[in-house]
Amino acid sequence: MKRFKAKFGEAVREAWLDRKQAILVVDAAKLRSICQFAREQEKFDMLTDLTAVDWPKREKRFEIVLNLYSFPKNERLRIKTHAADGEMVPSVITVWPAAGWLERECFDMFGIRFEGHAGLKRILLPDEWQGHPLRKDHDILQQDEAWVHENLGIESGQ
Amino acid sequence: MDEPQNPATALPVEMPIPGADEIVLNMGPQHPSTHGVLRVKLKLDGERIEASECIIGYLHRGVEKIAEHRSYQQFAPYVDRMDYVAAVSNGLGYCEAVEKLLGAEAPPRAKVVRTILTELQRIASHLLWLGTHALDIGALTPVFYCLREREEVLKIFEKYCGARLTTHAFRIGGLQYETYDGFEHDVKRFCDDFEKKVEEYEQLLTGNRIWVGRTKGIGILTGEQAIALGVTGPPLRASGVKWDIRKAMPYAAYDQYQFDIPSGQNGDTYDRYLVRMEEMRQSRRICLQAIENIPTGPIMAKVGKVLKPPPGEVYHAIEAPKGEIGYYVVSDGTVQPYRVRVRPPSFINLQAFDTMARGHLVADVVAIIGTLDIVLGEVDR
Repeated sequence: MKRFKAKFGEAVREAWLDRKQAILVVDAAKLRSICQFAREQEKFDMLTDLTAVDWPKREKRFEIVLNLYSFPKNERLRIKTHAADGEMVPSVITVWPAAGWLERECFDMFGIRFEGHAGLKRILLPDEWQGHPLRKDHDILQQDEAWVHENLGIESGQ
Repeated sequence: MDEPQNPATALPVEMPIPGADEIVLNMGPQHPSTHGVLRVKLKLDGERIEASECIIGYLHRGVEKIAEHRSYQQFAPYVDRMDYVAAVSNGLGYCEAVEKLLGAEAPPRAKVVRTILTELQRIASHLLWLGTHALDIGALTPVFYCLREREEVLKIFEKYCGARLTTHAFRIGGLQYETYDGFEHDVKRFCDDFEKKVEEYEQLLTGNRIWVGRTKGIGILTGEQAIALGVTGPPLRASGVKWDIRKAMPYAAYDQYQFDIPSGQNGDTYDRYLVRMEEMRQSRRICLQAIENIPTGPIMAKVGKVLKPPPGEVYHAIEAPKGEIGYYVVSDGTVQPYRVRVRPPSFINLQAFDTMARGHLVADVVAIIGTLDIVLGEVDR
């Protein structure tokens, strides 16, 4: 963690341990170079998971969470960054190809756009679907009624 | 580290208008070999696959959204419905993640019983994989044998908690039920018989010329590619990376038992088959050691009826039969989780399909889907 701070200075905003898990919060602009450093110098060679959490009351509502694993060190590291609605987040697909589907899922569920991801489209929901269901302001019963009506020929899926 | 051969794996495959020599073929979503509702779009040159794209989501039920509207305990049965052939493993991961969030720990007795049931579940899951995988490739016999032994495992589950498939066997903090009279005996009898049974399967397949011909050299994934694509579980080990969370970051009671991690060299379908066969033997070994000495004592930690974990977040992963299943749980201090993210092994392993399938024949697609051991309930959640 100290090495990340030393290398990137202010771009690493916070770093702490929560229940023995190392967490770094970084600037979205520097995300890709920090990830490159994590993979090459710090040997975090696997992107275990990439996801997001929605905090609608915050200024930058989306928290993008990357869970990394290092085989040589047998350690996990969590890198987080924040983005406002509609803001572009740098894609880490060039660092870890595993990000491909994970970023698509994030886009599908939260509507977060990743810059540099050539095939960013929905993955679990149909391509024409409207809305991003894992946003907090998306009601659990809400769905794309028009899509359901047009494609399934029924009034509602509920 | 070398880049995977096809970085396009992560990119969607553009399907151009088919030229004179190329056709685009749709496999699924209702195809018997896709093990559920997976649709694979294949770009073919003759019978050879030039590119492929998996289209998923047909079984999406919004599990992660449901989690935000249930209490911690109420959500536990839902995780069984993701990887529905390995419900016990899913449940273990979730319960341990929430326990970590609470700062609680299950009592030793609960941990050992959890380990036994999870290893039995691994055997059951691998048996179902073996049976259907062999069936897909054209070997009809193994599926009957495999389901016969799987039945024995399911009977133990049924006697333990009343359910066979979506068991909800564990609770946050430990176990709901004490083991029934004769539990150790049942497990021991199953394990004693099982050694011969694995040999029986191996006699049917391991040296079988058709089996070897259909699986050797098919769907090769190198260790570097597997790591870069986030592949975990038996596919990773078959590629020569000897890594298992049970050893690397022990959970439940795994640190008390002796077992080996099998690994392969070639990363092909045949090696993945051998790795899973050996894993079943190792699971049997763990079960036998565990029933020898199940500690006495309580089965439930004092966690209270209403769970309100302190605000914070936790990522906890276990070695499920399919790979690393991880739960990223965020608490805001209320009775409902603020966010539950499931890191689904099947979803991430399926991403490697394109890398594995390129250059092979259409008939091999069936073998490659089978060898990844995906469950669509978990891919789509």
